[in-house]
Amino acid sequence: MYTELFDKITFSEAKERVLSKSKIDIESALHTSHSGKALNFEEYLSLIHPIADTYLEEMAELSVDWTKKRFGNTISLYMPMYLSNECRSSCVYCGFSFENKIPRKTLTESEIHAESKVLYSKGIRHVLILTGEDYSITNLEYLRSAVTILKSYFDSISIEIYPLDREKYEVLISEGVEGLVVYQETYDPETYSKYHLRGMKKNMRYRLDAPDRGGLAGFRHIGVGSLLGLSDPYGEMFRLGEHAHYLSKKYWRTTIQISLPRMRPAEGEFDKTIFVPDREYVRFLFALRLFLPDSGLVQSTRETVRMRNHLAGMPITHMSVESRTDPGGYSGGEELKQFEIEDTRKIEEFTEMLRKKGLDPVFKDFDRAFFQVPDRVS
Amino acid sequence: MAESDDLIIAGRRFKSRLFLGTGKFSSGAALEQAIHSSGTEVVTVALRRVDLSSPEDDILTKIDRERILLLPNTSGARDAEEAVRLARLSRELGGGNWVKLEVTPDPVYLLPDPIETLKAAQILVKEGFHVLPYINADPILCKHLEEAGCATVMPLGSPIGTNQGIRTLANLEIIIEQSNIPVVVDAGLGLPSHAAQAMELGADAVLVNTAIAIAKDPAKTAYAFKLATEAGRISRLYSNSGISTSKQASASSPLTGFLEEESRNVHGVI
Repeated sequence: MYTELFDKITFSEAKERVLSKSKIDIESALHTSHSGKALNFEEYLSLIHPIADTYLEEMAELSVDWTKKRFGNTISLYMPMYLSNECRSSCVYCGFSFENKIPRKTLTESEIHAESKVLYSKGIRHVLILTGEDYSITNLEYLRSAVTILKSYFDSISIEIYPLDREKYEVLISEGVEGLVVYQETYDPETYSKYHLRGMKKNMRYRLDAPDRGGLAGFRHIGVGSLLGLSDPYGEMFRLGEHAHYLSKKYWRTTIQISLPRMRPAEGEFDKTIFVPDREYVRFLFALRLFLPDSGLVQSTRETVRMRNHLAGMPITHMSVESRTDPGGYSGGEELKQFEIEDTRKIEEFTEMLRKKGLDPVFKDFDRAFFQVPDRVS
Repeated sequence: MAESDDLIIAGRRFKSRLFLGTGKFSSGAALEQAIHSSGTEVVTVALRRVDLSSPEDDILTKIDRERILLLPNTSGARDAEEAVRLARLSRELGGGNWVKLEVTPDPVYLLPDPIETLKAAQILVKEGFHVLPYINADPILCKHLEEAGCATVMPLGSPIGTNQGIRTLANLEIIIEQSNIPVVVDAGLGLPSHAAQAMELGADAVLVNTAIAIAKDPAKTAYAFKLATEAGRISRLYSNSGISTSKQASASSPLTGFLEEESRNVHGVI
């Protein structure tokens, strides 16, 4: 389990490891990348270092090359569907936090149908379903029936819900769920305990090992991420790279995807955000691309139009589009959103931008037929 | 070399990363000298060549088992059943729990059978053996063997005994990159420079037999392989040819120029 690796070094030591890198380390890492090899972990750490900013254009060129080589000129599209904003956890930075006195809603079966119809009509065949952290209202039975409805519309279904045991993940896979997303929010234990005040989400280690449980259960895709802005970004990037690399080596049948969302305004009064400037954010993405060239890099509509336009295909390979973060938001309804989105373009406008850049928007990249093959032999 | 750079296989530590095979030596004395000058701590012997129950066995008497791991191998086995039988026999005769698994139904090129090797590995691991399988350089097979609980994987550099060096480069790179267990490049290494190359690639160890056993001077050749293995390892860990081809960022940067525009029009992210 990842926690075994996690325990070997503290968050502040991880940060120091990044900051101990020098110019020669950065140049050596770039040399490795130019020679056609993926970076090793130490080389990855050196590109996170602020001095690597001087080499940003070179990192960008390399990122374009590697992304094209591994993913071609394509961008996979998905849309999130919020099934519920019920939440029993208190995460001080999140609009869904239990403490926030906002209207709560969980989609009924007919509402899931209505949402699905809207997304399907837009050409979307990959949906990411999300809930808050309420283990009772959006329980396994609720999720199973939701998936039963969704699979009549979509080829590919991923979940971004509260962490589960391996057995429950296996149930959802058997129902037709293909991908799992568990963002750690922050890998800094001190910050984690400060910002997660109550509920199941307080248990940091249970969350840390959720991707492992998903890997053991057999998800085809697993997404990990860190919410930049909660704690020291160098420590976060050390951990995120370490975690993704560990998972990709251990669960070799599973594709690992990485996301690097930055904090956005949300309901509540959280004012402790650590500012991560654009240059730094972009440098982190480039470093990830050169370290893990086969991992999908996911970008949501949290980022600006300008940022998304430039980063599509440079390191970014998977993008959400026209997102609503409120349950029932696509088919009309109240404003119950989790956070503010920045890129509000319609799917047609967004895909036109991609095509103008010479990128092919991919709406379908999976088929339900994969679920009808016999169990693995090993 | 740093203290912490020991090779660890199935919980046992090794300073040397050069494994030695024992077939083809002209005499027990030549083998003994090669063992000594190679500095090896792992010597593999074909079960069919030795009498494990006899303390006078010519090969076994040359191996100081206090210092060196005797690694019995199943060479000659044509399928999983034969390999498992040989391994069990070896354990019964005091050969211990370690086994280099070789399943080579093809008597000409001695290429390993991946299907039978995996089958045998799964059985032997369950029976408590530390299994070190000799295989073709197949990255997916390596992952299956790792999942089966093998202690290492031992992909070939080129067909055994050919001295062709590393002909499986692309696949070895993938294996080394993906493996969570030690990778020992086995077979085909004909020159010390081949061993150095394998170590520079990131292999954890190399196994050499023919190139040393049939050399004009096996002891000196074994010494050359020792130095080459160490040099390759040091090179992997500490050297780099980090001659940067960097271009300094400038306002005219075509890919990241948009960030410059952004900084002239600063606004908070949140």
